[in-house]
Amino acid sequence: MRLVVDLNKCQGYAQCAFLAPDVFAMHGEESLIYNPRADEEQRERLARAVAACPVQAITADGLDGMGGSTASAPEASDAR
Amino acid sequence: MPADHVEWIRREGRIVIVGASLAGLRAAETLRAEGFTGELTLIGDEPYEPYDRPPLSKAALLGMASPRHTELPHRREIDAKWRLGVPASGLDLSAKRVRLADGDEVEYDRLLIATGVRARPWPKEAEARLDGVFLLRTRDDATRLLQKLKAGPRRVFIIGAGFAGCEVASACREMGLQVTMAERAGAPLVGALGGVIGAVAADLQTENGVDLRTRVTVTALEGDTSGRVRAVHLSDESVVEADVVVVSLGSLRNTEWLTGSGLGAGPRGIACDAGCRAFDFRGIVTDDVFVAGDVARSPHALFGYQFLSLEHWGNAVAQAETAAHNMICRGADRRPHLWTPAFWSSQFRVNIKSVGVPPMGDQIMITQGSLAERRFVGVYGYQGRVIAAVSFDNNRWLEFYRRQIERGAPFPVEFPTMDRRPEGRQPVPADFPDPSLPTHGPTVTLSGYSPADQQLVFTPARH
Repeated sequence: MRLVVDLNKCQGYAQCAFLAPDVFAMHGEESLIYNPRADEEQRERLARAVAACPVQAITADGLDGMGGSTASAPEASDAR
Repeated sequence: MPADHVEWIRREGRIVIVGASLAGLRAAETLRAEGFTGELTLIGDEPYEPYDRPPLSKAALLGMASPRHTELPHRREIDAKWRLGVPASGLDLSAKRVRLADGDEVEYDRLLIATGVRARPWPKEAEARLDGVFLLRTRDDATRLLQKLKAGPRRVFIIGAGFAGCEVASACREMGLQVTMAERAGAPLVGALGGVIGAVAADLQTENGVDLRTRVTVTALEGDTSGRVRAVHLSDESVVEADVVVVSLGSLRNTEWLTGSGLGAGPRGIACDAGCRAFDFRGIVTDDVFVAGDVARSPHALFGYQFLSLEHWGNAVAQAETAAHNMICRGADRRPHLWTPAFWSSQFRVNIKSVGVPPMGDQIMITQGSLAERRFVGVYGYQGRVIAAVSFDNNRWLEFYRRQIERGAPFPVEFPTMDRRPEGRQPVPADFPDPSLPTHGPTVTLSGYSPADQQLVFTPARH
């Protein structure tokens, strides 16, 4: 699953890092780093993090109710 | 008749987007979201579908993300024809055709140009080709650099202490690598944030073990007999042995492919009106060609109608959305692109954020926290009003200052509020370098007329 965080919006509330610690982590006091390609087993936790973000800064596809697998381009060759 | 034309474009027109990165993707999504049902083509020079770049100098180098997997999530189905791995090579405005490097041509009814910028290469070509010399802009760049850093080089040399250079220095130190960084100006980040904040950035670098060399330039990169870089020569005659060199000298706008097209495109980008419609070389607005993202320059009412060129992630998104909206609606429904500039950086575990246009400011006040604690807000003033703000680990204040900037609040900042310290009572010079001196770094290009200009010189193009 792909995701992106609008770090202009992000205020460092760390809800995502609490709910999906394998995807999001705080780096220092308030800066967020994350893995933009989350594993499938993170789906539910990622969905909760997206919903819990107080400033709605997280966009992810492949979650229910979102775009789903929408790219008409082939997956990059290194994705296997 | 014009109204019918717009309706026809919405239903069955052909829209071509050149540039398949953040701006191009978000524009495509907006077109579909707003009811465009015609043919949509995205052209990109890289063989990859749109991916996110900010993680390449942060999460990817810190091992949190793979540089191969930062593809952007899609907000919706865009049903587009993708032409990836082939750059656009020319534009015929009168025939409404984009030429591709492989000889193909693509016709359009409306065109969006979002070709962005690329990393400025090391100017001496033979030295730039040495093994161990890197740029960092694309995911291929990041993959190669990461591989080299993981192999444990003895010393990494970074040329240029702008945001990207500082972020690389930070990641390298976290990997335990020895780092030297050279900067022409007196401190890191000076072009973007001025000398007062630059001094804080310099302390961050040196306290974290970076060998920071300021007021020097690199004069030569020296290779060994097998073509690997081995040393860097500086203008103060010192020589630093390094087996990895990261060239971080800002960026160049991808406009060369438009040479001779008649569009108002050049090294500073493509000029456009507030509605993202491109100007031709005569300064006349075009009807069918729009621009968005890093490559665009558009006038902004909040900043004296200067043509702002913003290499900001948020600008790429907002301008793409506005351009896409304007491409498929009637004149009266068009919107101006008046996004308030904002960007972020993260280095040495410090979150740096900014709103407004700091390089326009001549004074700065520390209105929250303190420089010494490296947790503060600095507010920039210009001609008696608040023009920008920067925060180090204090980002929740920025929304407040964004609104101050947008309503032209007076400067010096007068309101008594939380966490003010004595040092913030008086403004001090923000200490930006003379803009006429060449230095890289600012993520904003200010290109309005200076009050010192006595005349307007017109240099005709060669065609």
